[in-house]
Amino acid sequence: MTLHSTAKALKRNAMRAMQDESLQQALSHVRTNFTAKRQAAVDKLPEFEALRNSSRDIKDHTLAHLDLYLERYEAKVTEAGGVVHFARTAEEARSTIIDICARLGARTVTKGKSMVGEEIGLNEALEQAGIMPVETDLGEYIIQLRHETPSHIIAPAVHLNRDQVEAEFRRAHKDLDPERDLTEPSTLLAEARKVLRERFLAADVGITGANFLVAETGTSIIVTNEGNGDLTQTLPKAHIVLATIEKITPTLEDVAQILRVLARSATGQDMSVYTTFSTGPRREGDPDGPNEYHVVILDNGRSAMLGTQFEDMLRCIRCGACMNHCPVYHAIGGHAYGWVYPGPMGAVLTPSLIGVGEGGNLPNASTFCGRCEAVCPMKIPLPGMMRHWREREFERHLSPALQRHGLRFWAYFAKRPWLYRPATRLAMRTLAFLGRGKGSLSFLPFAGAWTKHRDFPSPQGPTFQSRWRARQRLKGSR
Amino acid sequence: MTGARDEILAQMRRSLGVTGAEAPRRAAVEERLARAPRGVIPERASVAGAERLAMFKLKAEEALATVALVKDADCVPAEAARFLRDSNLAATLRIGEDALLGAMPWGSTAIDLSKGASFGSDLNAMSRAFGGVAETGTLVLASGKDNPTTLNFLPDNHIVVVAERDLAGSFEELLERLRGVYGKGAMPRALNLVTGPSRSADIEQTLILGAHGPRKLHVIIVEG
Repeated sequence: MTLHSTAKALKRNAMRAMQDESLQQALSHVRTNFTAKRQAAVDKLPEFEALRNSSRDIKDHTLAHLDLYLERYEAKVTEAGGVVHFARTAEEARSTIIDICARLGARTVTKGKSMVGEEIGLNEALEQAGIMPVETDLGEYIIQLRHETPSHIIAPAVHLNRDQVEAEFRRAHKDLDPERDLTEPSTLLAEARKVLRERFLAADVGITGANFLVAETGTSIIVTNEGNGDLTQTLPKAHIVLATIEKITPTLEDVAQILRVLARSATGQDMSVYTTFSTGPRREGDPDGPNEYHVVILDNGRSAMLGTQFEDMLRCIRCGACMNHCPVYHAIGGHAYGWVYPGPMGAVLTPSLIGVGEGGNLPNASTFCGRCEAVCPMKIPLPGMMRHWREREFERHLSPALQRHGLRFWAYFAKRPWLYRPATRLAMRTLAFLGRGKGSLSFLPFAGAWTKHRDFPSPQGPTFQSRWRARQRLKGSR
Repeated sequence: MTGARDEILAQMRRSLGVTGAEAPRRAAVEERLARAPRGVIPERASVAGAERLAMFKLKAEEALATVALVKDADCVPAEAARFLRDSNLAATLRIGEDALLGAMPWGSTAIDLSKGASFGSDLNAMSRAFGGVAETGTLVLASGKDNPTTLNFLPDNHIVVVAERDLAGSFEELLERLRGVYGKGAMPRALNLVTGPSRSADIEQTLILGAHGPRKLHVIIVEG
């Protein structure tokens, strides 16, 4: 079993999120900052679109040959003195990692940010094994103190305000002067740096994720801004990389292509501050670096996505652009999605990984505005795949009865144009009559949830279909 | 876990509808790995000479590093001393066994030089970069006794020396040189691409420098 999901309760989660004032304030930063920064970075690189195509093609080629590239990757890691461990499930990945830690007598492990670590519930498993996990990415550290999960895949604490972070630091860092000034974000960062520095130096094992696993060289790559991932993997006795199968990338040149779209899409930087290529453990004569280098490659349902209509999702490089541009994410934040991966990519990936029964509700959290696909550096057809999931949810009778009956009622008319046309004509005329004068309606039968928050613009009279017919007639007479 | 390995590969092959033995698939993979084809390289990366130097400097400064140019290697200690003084930092510096850095005239400065990896107590460190990439103002540092990886991350302030001739326009150009040194398919244990000083924007997306790595990154480019 992986991390517990509350994805089924999406509607309730979303309602709660929309009433949470401090969350709404925090989310306003996402709406403005991330989108503007990405756009500025994209505007400065004329080849951005060509690089998106190139990156998509690289991943498509890789996924079509994934078994062979994975074999090569394993051979190259072994050649460099590292050890590759394969894990079919979250449980296998957790026990592999715990076994390595136990063999080394590890008491504390530092961790770089890893969404796969969240996916397999690694921290709880380590704690249960008597090993203390310390998250070292600032955002991850904050939410670990709060016993929360990340609400964003690249900005885990994006749902919190500065005041909340200050309160948490005062609670957690009791040995520090209670009178200290923590009003500025920079003082909070300085405090985290100081506290975590001791943890880095004391850790027995360092665990990181990976943005790429390079088949050509047996190299794992992490991309960070803080440098925490590098301290995590450089200082302890052993470095464990936890990554999923789709991170495999054929060559260093292929990595160079994708790196050009990754940071620009994520934070609007040309390059993240630290892009680190790791190949095997410490070598003869090296004055630093880990003595052991392990890679745990997790499947957890991904190999079954190959060759299906959800294969495109395996191109995802976890930049977060889809959620940064999603009106639904902007409104409800990441926690409402109820599992590890939020936003449009989460809405597609979650049902693939934990099943349509648990996660099938998430693809309904979309307005189908298409912005996620428009900004996705890997050109993943996210709305199309959400539609596929909605179809499956409907087919499997998982959607609510009211919705199903409503759709059936509508379908009855839609399939009978001779009935549909006069019925909609009548309905539109009635609504236009009711809304005359002010041009909007403050109440609608069966749509109270809509009109509770905003007025419904009243129809102008003719239906779309009647206008379309008139237009076609006009064209024909020309 | 041989069982897990074989089962994952088998599941992949079932999903893809292949056996893994098909010659054309194997050939396509071998070909790509051997040839490592270059993809789209931004126009702005095709620079050389003074233009390349100027672009590296501009991009590194955009990433909030500071950059100084010096005539030759002998001028590096004085520039390092100036940087430390102007930044109000103690005149200490940790370096690795790098022969080029070690041979510089440190005696002409008041800098207290020490050698070796860092264990967390060093305020300032200096490394020599394998190269740099002008396209993004990125430094490329390779691990080893000459330039220990810990010097890149533990000290508060990091000075990196890079030779102008080791700057590449694009990342692909740098990879070509890397293969020339380490061999095809081989890599140093750690290759650190560094673009500006450490930072975080995890609190209200306010950018703050000096998260876990260096607060200041000063690049000294040796001309020629």
